[in-house]
Amino acid sequence: MNSFSESLVVAASLVSHFDPNLLEIVELSLRVSLTATLASSILGLPLGAAIAVGRFPGGQVLTVLLNSLMGLPPVVVGLVVYLLLSHAGPLGALGILFTPAAMVVAQTILITPIIAALSRQIVADAWGEYREQLVSLGARTFRAALTLIWDTRFSLVTVLLAGFGRAIAEVGAVMIVGGNIDGVTRVMTTTIALETSKGDLPLALALGLVLITIVVVLNAATQGIREWARRRYG
Amino acid sequence: MAEPSPVASLPIVCSGGEVRIGQTRILSSINLTIEPGTSTFVIGPNGSGKSTLLRLLHGLLAPSQGAVTWGGRVGPPVRQAMVFQRAVLLRRSAAANIRYALRLVGIVGAEARKRIDDALAEVGLKALAQRSARVLSGGEQQRLALARAWALRPEVLFLDEPTASLDPKATRAVEDIVRGIHARGTTIVMSTHNLPQAKRLAGSVVFLDEGRLVEHSPAHEFFASPRTPEAAAFLEGERL
Ligand SMILES: Nc1ncnc2c1ncn2[C@@H]1O[C@H](COP(=O)(O)OP(=O)(O)OP(=O)(O)O)[C@@H](O)[C@H]1O
Ligand SMILES: [Mg+2]
Repeated sequence: MNSFSESLVVAASLVSHFDPNLLEIVELSLRVSLTATLASSILGLPLGAAIAVGRFPGGQVLTVLLNSLMGLPPVVVGLVVYLLLSHAGPLGALGILFTPAAMVVAQTILITPIIAALSRQIVADAWGEYREQLVSLGARTFRAALTLIWDTRFSLVTVLLAGFGRAIAEVGAVMIVGGNIDGVTRVMTTTIALETSKGDLPLALALGLVLITIVVVLNAATQGIREWARRRYG
Repeated sequence: MAEPSPVASLPIVCSGGEVRIGQTRILSSINLTIEPGTSTFVIGPNGSGKSTLLRLLHGLLAPSQGAVTWGGRVGPPVRQAMVFQRAVLLRRSAAANIRYALRLVGIVGAEARKRIDDALAEVGLKALAQRSARVLSGGEQQRLALARAWALRPEVLFLDEPTASLDPKATRAVEDIVRGIHARGTTIVMSTHNLPQAKRLAGSVVFLDEGRLVEHSPAHEFFASPRTPEAAAFLEGERL
């Protein structure tokens, strides 16, 4: 208990003094997860909207598949990406294993299904409500999909936040494909895992505090956006 | 949808039109012609198929048997608009809702601005042009939906119980708007539960019962002396 409170004091001072080592780790985490979220939105949003609005064979199967992929275990994603990117793997020539790029790839694979599945649900609900009106006004399918995305933009932003939250808190995938190399691929979650096992609690605790703060801010933002949009746009 | 177009929407001819959803027959062998410049009112009990008939004539539903043609063609033309029983408005301002509809038919710029202003003025919503459409009251939303439809200058305007949830004053306002639109040559097809309203506005009445077209008569004849016992019973019931 004593060592816990001491560690907490040191951790708090690391955070409040913007310890450079700590900042570097936080910055890399944010960079990797934000890039992955951006890539996943570019892939996942249109995919979700297309499945919601389009009538093509296999749409139902795709929906079930996406919903199942939402629960992908990060370590399995890490393993698969590792095999793909390792020397002998099909994408080994890229030489990005154990770099932040590999971590972005892994997290993108992890959260694209989440973003696609959640946005499909949102756009499909809106489509059910708007379909006849949009068809009556003469909107073709593609135009209708864009309209639905724009009209549900606030809900979709909260989907992106959920994806980012999942990415930044995930440890299994980035540990495997990043390798947790000091100063190169060390992010908050992998550092916490490592430092805790070494018994160096202050840094782990400091990063834990930062991570929790980020998650709380994300949830507050989600809540705030929902409230604001409901009041402003109904 | 706006300017006189070579593709005419009228007459709309429904011959032997039947609509099934799954095993249920919602409309059976409807024979009905909507002539240019008329105002046809569709009345009948809840669930008799009024909304479905409007959807069929608007081209939102394909008949499972029979056929609907518009000006002799099979595909529904664009110069029609519909105001739905429940208004569906986009999450943007009142004015932007109309702008969106106009853009879909290629009307932009000064002409669009003029039509938006006119349409909002017509329904008395000018002061609320920049208000988000979804936070408007039910009656205001209904009038906005009407303004959006009118801004398209349709040849045919379908209205599905547009005054169902309105107070008497707003109902009168909507009736005046519909009368004005009809006076400018637009063909009206409207459903209602409000018989006095049908008496005030209808040129002819289509009476539906359990998905069948029971009677189609000039309005004054229909209300004075319905030809069928079903229609007579319906009018009698409504009077109580
Ligand atoms: N998509 C659907 N699936 C199953 N049944 C339907 C569907 N749409 C309509 N129906 C049924 O068809 C019948 C006619 O419906 P419709 O909405 O046309 O009636 P209505 O005359 O407009 O009624 P109301 O006066 O209540 O508006 C109803 O019994 C309704 O339950
Ligand atoms: Mg109805």
